[in-house]
Amino acid sequence: MTTPTTTTATRPAPTGALNASRTLATAARVLRQLRHDPRTIALMILIPCVMLFLLRYVFDGSPRTFDNIGASLLGIFPLITMFLVTSIATLRERTSGTLERLLALPLGKGDLIAGYALAFGTLAIIQSALATGLALWALDLDVTGSPWLLLLVALLDALLGTALGLFVSAFAASEFQAVQFMPAVIFPQLLLCGLFTPRDTMHPALEAFSDVLPMSYAVDGMNEVLHHTDMTAAFVRDALVVAGCALLVLCLGAATLRRRTP
Amino acid sequence: MMNYAPDPPSAAREATAGAAREATAGTAIEATALTVTRGPRTVLRHLDFTVPRGQITGLLGPSGCGKSTLMRSIVGTQAKVTGTLKVLGRPAGHPTLRTRIGYVTQAPSVFDDLTVRQNLDYFAAILDPGRAAADRRHADVTRAIADVDLTSHADALAGNLSGGQRNRVSLAVALLGTPELLVLDEPTVGLDPVLRRDLWNLFHDIADRRGATLLVSSHVMDEAERCHRLLLMREGEILADDTPDALRTRTGTDTVEEAFLHLVDEAVAAGRAQDAKETAR
Repeated sequence: MTTPTTTTATRPAPTGALNASRTLATAARVLRQLRHDPRTIALMILIPCVMLFLLRYVFDGSPRTFDNIGASLLGIFPLITMFLVTSIATLRERTSGTLERLLALPLGKGDLIAGYALAFGTLAIIQSALATGLALWALDLDVTGSPWLLLLVALLDALLGTALGLFVSAFAASEFQAVQFMPAVIFPQLLLCGLFTPRDTMHPALEAFSDVLPMSYAVDGMNEVLHHTDMTAAFVRDALVVAGCALLVLCLGAATLRRRTP
Repeated sequence: MMNYAPDPPSAAREATAGAAREATAGTAIEATALTVTRGPRTVLRHLDFTVPRGQITGLLGPSGCGKSTLMRSIVGTQAKVTGTLKVLGRPAGHPTLRTRIGYVTQAPSVFDDLTVRQNLDYFAAILDPGRAAADRRHADVTRAIADVDLTSHADALAGNLSGGQRNRVSLAVALLGTPELLVLDEPTVGLDPVLRRDLWNLFHDIADRRGATLLVSSHVMDEAERCHRLLLMREGEILADDTPDALRTRTGTDTVEEAFLHLVDEAVAAGRAQDAKETAR
């Protein structure tokens, strides 16, 4: 044990609401944690590709069906993986005591949430880029619009997944509960989002319900890109709805972070 | 003091706060009628005490007596705190205190999937952000790792370390940035005697050289002898607030442990008398 010196810097006063350095440091830390877990990264990035590959040959006889479902899934995969990864990661942060420690330090709640969103957003870009590239060029997914728009929706979906995961982790006391939130939060959206059947052919009550679920807009947006060469007004609306939902849920998630706990 | 509402302090309030700081220069923590409830249970009952600056104050008592709750109240992470609790001249939980207090929770709160150095790098970046401070942070991190004797394990994953080593990583985080007040919840649990002695030497060094205040909890009574002052707790109340010597003299005992047992017996007897009075009424 060495003798501590007296010449170290004093701690500076905390600063405003969102601090870029602290946000970036948090994002870098989350990515660094993941880097020590290569298996998770491999699973996150490869599974969507494998699923698309599988789907392509499931619908070997009807390429039109693969176009429809494949494009929708490009939006749904990032949402589901980011939801799972974020809910478990933030739950671990809550139960390991590091969250309490961080909130006792001059870290803004916004810094923490933005850091998480940034880190998982980066992963989502890689995941979506690989999946989209594979679908378009190797699996002959027939898309009328720009692949960049597909990527944009996929990224917004990933952010939505991150936001939802962050939010539900506040209500889970254990990993068991956190995983169960996936069927509770994601499956109903999956059934109603228009993946299995167009939304306007569902029972009117269900159609109305699907209108308030963000995943419906994610899938609608993907379908707009699938059928139109230009960025349509409907696409812009869909993208804004998904982005707005992600932002709203992120704010709700920030509200679940309490500096003082019972 | 209730939960702190983060509004910008006015110049007038700043001035009174300054005057208050002057008046309480010798006091790091000041509690008046401090009460904390957790669920249906009142964990801390109407505590009044002060912790002097620049000294090591030991917080001793059996497990479950409210030591951790008291520490969480002081660092501002405990909800449902009533009464007055001033820390370094500010209400506990004030945002400006977050950089001035180092806090170690009972269970080591570090990231298991980061190395020791990566853990400290991250917490240092939260305390002292910005690229301009990178060199200062690097020196600070290296020093903190050396302080807890983990230099040879700096690049090991925290999750692969032993319990005692992870505890020390957690302690190193609290030593970052030379805080004025260190709140350490059972920092020596599970450590061997040599390390325990070294850590206590480090605590004394921090108090003597840096003039920092330390509040160290323990349920091991022999550590009490190493503190300047003691707060003895039992069932959410403070039994004694004195120096180890004065405690032994007052109770006519040889060790702090005996003094504590003596005081517990007294408190139990007094409690029985009180109960009898209340039933009579």
